[in-house]
Amino acid sequence: MKIRLSRIAHARSGDKGDASNIGIIALRPKYYPLLAREVTAQKVKRYFGTLVLGDVVRYELPNLGALNFLMHQALDGGGTLSLRTDAQGKTHGAALLGMEIEVSEHELATE
Amino acid sequence: MIRIANGQGFWGDWNEAPKQLVDARGLDYLTLDYLAEVTMSILQKAKKADPNLGYARDFPPLIQEIAPKILDRGIRVVANAGGVNPIACAEAIKKLAPSLKVAAVLGDDILNRIDALVSEGQLLRNMDTGEPIGTIRENVLSANVYLGAFPIAEALETGADVVITGRCADAALALGPMIHRFGWRVADPDLLAAGIVGGHVIECGTQATGGNCQADWQSTPDFAHIGYPILEAHPDGTMVVTKPEATGGRVTLATVKEQLVYEIGDPTRYMTPDAVVDFTGLQLRQTDADRVEITGARGAARPERLKASISYHYGWKAVGTLVYSAPEALEKARVSDTIVRERLSGLNLHFEKIHTEFFGVNACHAHLAPPVNEPAEVQLRIGVRDQNKAAVERFTRELIPLVLSGPPGATGYGEGRPQVREIVAYWPALVPRSAVQPRVEVVD
Repeated sequence: MKIRLSRIAHARSGDKGDASNIGIIALRPKYYPLLAREVTAQKVKRYFGTLVLGDVVRYELPNLGALNFLMHQALDGGGTLSLRTDAQGKTHGAALLGMEIEVSEHELATE
Repeated sequence: MIRIANGQGFWGDWNEAPKQLVDARGLDYLTLDYLAEVTMSILQKAKKADPNLGYARDFPPLIQEIAPKILDRGIRVVANAGGVNPIACAEAIKKLAPSLKVAAVLGDDILNRIDALVSEGQLLRNMDTGEPIGTIRENVLSANVYLGAFPIAEALETGADVVITGRCADAALALGPMIHRFGWRVADPDLLAAGIVGGHVIECGTQATGGNCQADWQSTPDFAHIGYPILEAHPDGTMVVTKPEATGGRVTLATVKEQLVYEIGDPTRYMTPDAVVDFTGLQLRQTDADRVEITGARGAARPERLKASISYHYGWKAVGTLVYSAPEALEKARVSDTIVRERLSGLNLHFEKIHTEFFGVNACHAHLAPPVNEPAEVQLRIGVRDQNKAAVERFTRELIPLVLSGPPGATGYGEGRPQVREIVAYWPALVPRSAVQPRVEVVD
């Protein structure tokens, strides 16, 4: 079944120059493998479309149940150049949590 | 064990926070982080206008206010409030609170040495684009190297009550006291890494204690009285994140994890002046309510090159807005955007970038925003950016006329024409460690 990422993860995002990063964290340890399987760099790049012009690189932190996505050319030039309301990518994490992923009911079960 | 708090996540953070923290039980060090990437250029401009300025002006009066308590309780303050003029900042404090001993960390400012570095073959290439600094040399406004924690420890050795730095790594503000108290050395990268991780968790203030935290945010207790973070640092590198008693917010695995992954790149190679940190061995444990223990940091030897934050004049920008109400709010705003663009090209004005958002519909998330059926109102928000100031100025006159000559019902233009703002851009570059000589000065 399809669910939004917000069912199994939380996230925080911020900026470094023109790159934004999204740390996405499993709400339970057992959800981390789902994140690792479903949320690939390629999917994140496709999802953000024209919001992110450069590469998306994924890093894994299984010890924290977290993935970190570094998204290049994601802020219309970065902090001071950017004409966007969200010039620092502060809401990119929330946007990613709206992405749909495919999981089975069994994988979501809390028991 | 020492207790290190952070009472300022950026310049403009809550002014009451440092006062809350000096009343916390058993506090040893209070750190305050004032400098974001572009703050240095703003301060450089202030210093150009008045050689006695160029630092965080909120800081000296704050120190004056908390001086009796920090002296009485033996709390020592470490702050990067010095900006591009740490000595002037220290002198301002001495004037307001003469009983405090104040030391400044100097040597981060390399603005006057750029040409010498370039002639020695250091091209100060932009770390993102690879371009050499020559392409923007005339427009450079400030240049500061991120210093590490050892100069801060040296300043604490002088017995100073207040240590002021210019540009330094954010986490160094907390690591400095640990080096000072625990005798950690350059050759102890695992311990330095542990301190950097602790410093990283508290450097953005309440982002460690429930602020800006997505996980079940509605249940966060008492945002209005949120507690600022306190780090209990142990000599073996164990770090415990907590907050003052009887304050709002919370310290949980979720709040600490969100901050750990905040503004990082490769978690196995988090670059700082004092060590290269690997986050992937960290272990977190909730040991009690509002207490999270962090262990398992690994470090590799410090890098041979230091990061410099260089700022330069880039160009100009302006952002203007108009509000349209229902019915057809979005349609009206779209038509209005088309009119503005048609008029700009009719005037033969071209911009590096024109950017339109329909605020209330798609401003933050563009095509990812959920559809809005019949918005009660939409703010049309158009921005332009260019090197040519006259063109940007001309743009600022093109929005308000639409109130009378465009789609019906435009409002919300009370502040008149949009302001033209200078764009100061950021140029990250690397310099050899040997080119930087940090030093400490006690200000009497």
